[in-house]
Amino acid sequence: MSLRLPGALADEIRRHGELAYPAECCGVMAGKVEPSGRKEVLRLVPAVNRRTDDPHRYLIAPDELRRHEALLRADGLEIVGYYHSHPDHPAAPSAFDVEHAWPWYSYLIVRIDQGRGADLASWTLDEERPVMHPESLDVLSEV
Amino acid sequence: MSVTVTIPTPLRGFTGGRDEVQLPGSTVGDVLAGLLAAHTGLARHLVQDDGRLRNFVNLYLNDTDIRQLDSTDTAVRDGDTLTIVPSIAGGGPAVETELPALSHAELLRYSRHLLLPEVGVEGQRKLKAARVLTIGAGGLGSPLALYLAAAGVGTIGIVDFDVVDLTNLQRQIIHGTGTLGQSKLASAKARLADLNPNIKVETYEARLTSENALDIIREYDIVVDGTDNFPTRYLVNDACVLLKKPNAYGSIFRFEGQASLFYAQEGPCYRCLYSEPPPPGLVPSCAEGGVLGVLPGIIGSIQALETIKWIIGAGDTLIGRLVLFDALKLRFRELKLRKDPDCPICGANPTIHELIDYQAFCGIGAEPDYTGLEIGVEDFRREWDTKGDDVVLVDVREPHEWEIVHIDGARLIPLSALPDRLGELDGHAEIVTHCHHGARSMKALEILRAAGFTKVRSLAGGIDAWAERIEAGMARY
Repeated sequence: MSLRLPGALADEIRRHGELAYPAECCGVMAGKVEPSGRKEVLRLVPAVNRRTDDPHRYLIAPDELRRHEALLRADGLEIVGYYHSHPDHPAAPSAFDVEHAWPWYSYLIVRIDQGRGADLASWTLDEERPVMHPESLDVLSEV
Repeated sequence: MSVTVTIPTPLRGFTGGRDEVQLPGSTVGDVLAGLLAAHTGLARHLVQDDGRLRNFVNLYLNDTDIRQLDSTDTAVRDGDTLTIVPSIAGGGPAVETELPALSHAELLRYSRHLLLPEVGVEGQRKLKAARVLTIGAGGLGSPLALYLAAAGVGTIGIVDFDVVDLTNLQRQIIHGTGTLGQSKLASAKARLADLNPNIKVETYEARLTSENALDIIREYDIVVDGTDNFPTRYLVNDACVLLKKPNAYGSIFRFEGQASLFYAQEGPCYRCLYSEPPPPGLVPSCAEGGVLGVLPGIIGSIQALETIKWIIGAGDTLIGRLVLFDALKLRFRELKLRKDPDCPICGANPTIHELIDYQAFCGIGAEPDYTGLEIGVEDFRREWDTKGDDVVLVDVREPHEWEIVHIDGARLIPLSALPDRLGELDGHAEIVTHCHHGARSMKALEILRAAGFTKVRSLAGGIDAWAERIEAGMARY
């Protein structure tokens, strides 16, 4: 599996994470899936984090997800995955992330280091076991 | 009967790529069982080991979440659509910790909280997990620490460096006659431990300064500011903004008080309200101006209330609102506060990025050098005895303070009336001014010197020092 992400959108994810710091940000990644299975992100939809009780958790509610999905579908896009931030923690999935992950989707994590956006990594769930594997992430530079 | 089940993209790998599946059944549970039987591999993602839906899996029958219907017992009709909708959840590893459990004794102790749906067991466990720092164990700190401890806030930190004095007990109800002379921290800690032995009290016997504030505050979830002076108030505000912590603010003076919840992450901070401190000496402290003893009980309780609401996430907070209380009129008013986009610490382009010198910021270090302008009580006693009427002692306190106690032979001219009554003083006489502790007396000195009086000095330590060291048996207040 691999994920292509335009550089401008990568910057946008970092900015969203910086704004939400020290809480976590989250959002939807929408785009297209090539016949090879490779996903390309074409648009980001920042989501409302419904977990206001705990800054180290995020939740995108199903109603919101359905709304986004309908709007994106009208534009010929589909949800290819989600992004969220890990304030002052590595861009690797936590046990909680793995436990709640769905197959197929790309889970992009951005580390926010003392309020500054740092490295990004994308992960997918193993279809057989409760573990996540890194997928290749191509951040496209501006042309 | 046949129902259409729409399969979300992430699960199509288990349905041969199909986005819809037709299945028979009379309830949602039937259809779900049929789906899991027909497509092995789906079960792991949709249901737990006990067969119930995983909590982040949502099923919509047509447009309604089945949790709002009869869950998996909901009847289905021919032509219905069942849609699987993911909740997307996750989060960093920082708080994998669960909320602490409550013992049987704690459940009983907090039963009146547990009866409130807004608190409940979860809210009470959040209180137990919470770490609250109170700055000061005085007038405001007393009621708020007592209520926080009684409410079951698991860890309460207190910063103070004072000792319990008789004049404190008119309002500082956490202390008692039995703890006079003890440190306020020891006195408060003992009282809180008696009130609620389930909680932890952490004490910091120090003045909060720019050097230690970040290290102390960093360890807590929320700060409650019970300070009585401007430098510390700005220090607490700035440290909270820099560390992104909320600050439950309260202040009192005579018969009036105010309270708010400053949280720059979501609203204004103290500097958005007061960008600059008042000139030093303009606003007297409670020691100089007095305060009605019940008043800190009311304002401190509001601070405790806001802290508890913020921890359990209930109700509307005071973020963006300033409550003003007038005890004599018994009236609450409310001002809307806006975040100042030009705020030097929480605005769009902050100019303050670290803690500064708050004494200097509040003009306290910049006061004129009074060396040589003060006279000690012993020296004054000797001079007064030798020179007699050539030395005039002017008491610049208020008449009601004069009534409590005064020095025989002194003349009362309250500071507020002094500029209009300069004519009553002999320009050639030596003048010594005095007040309660020495602060207002210095202001009087400035007025006299500006008016051309040259032989003027101030009695160091005021009438309090006089009562302590010269006239034993004189009343003190």
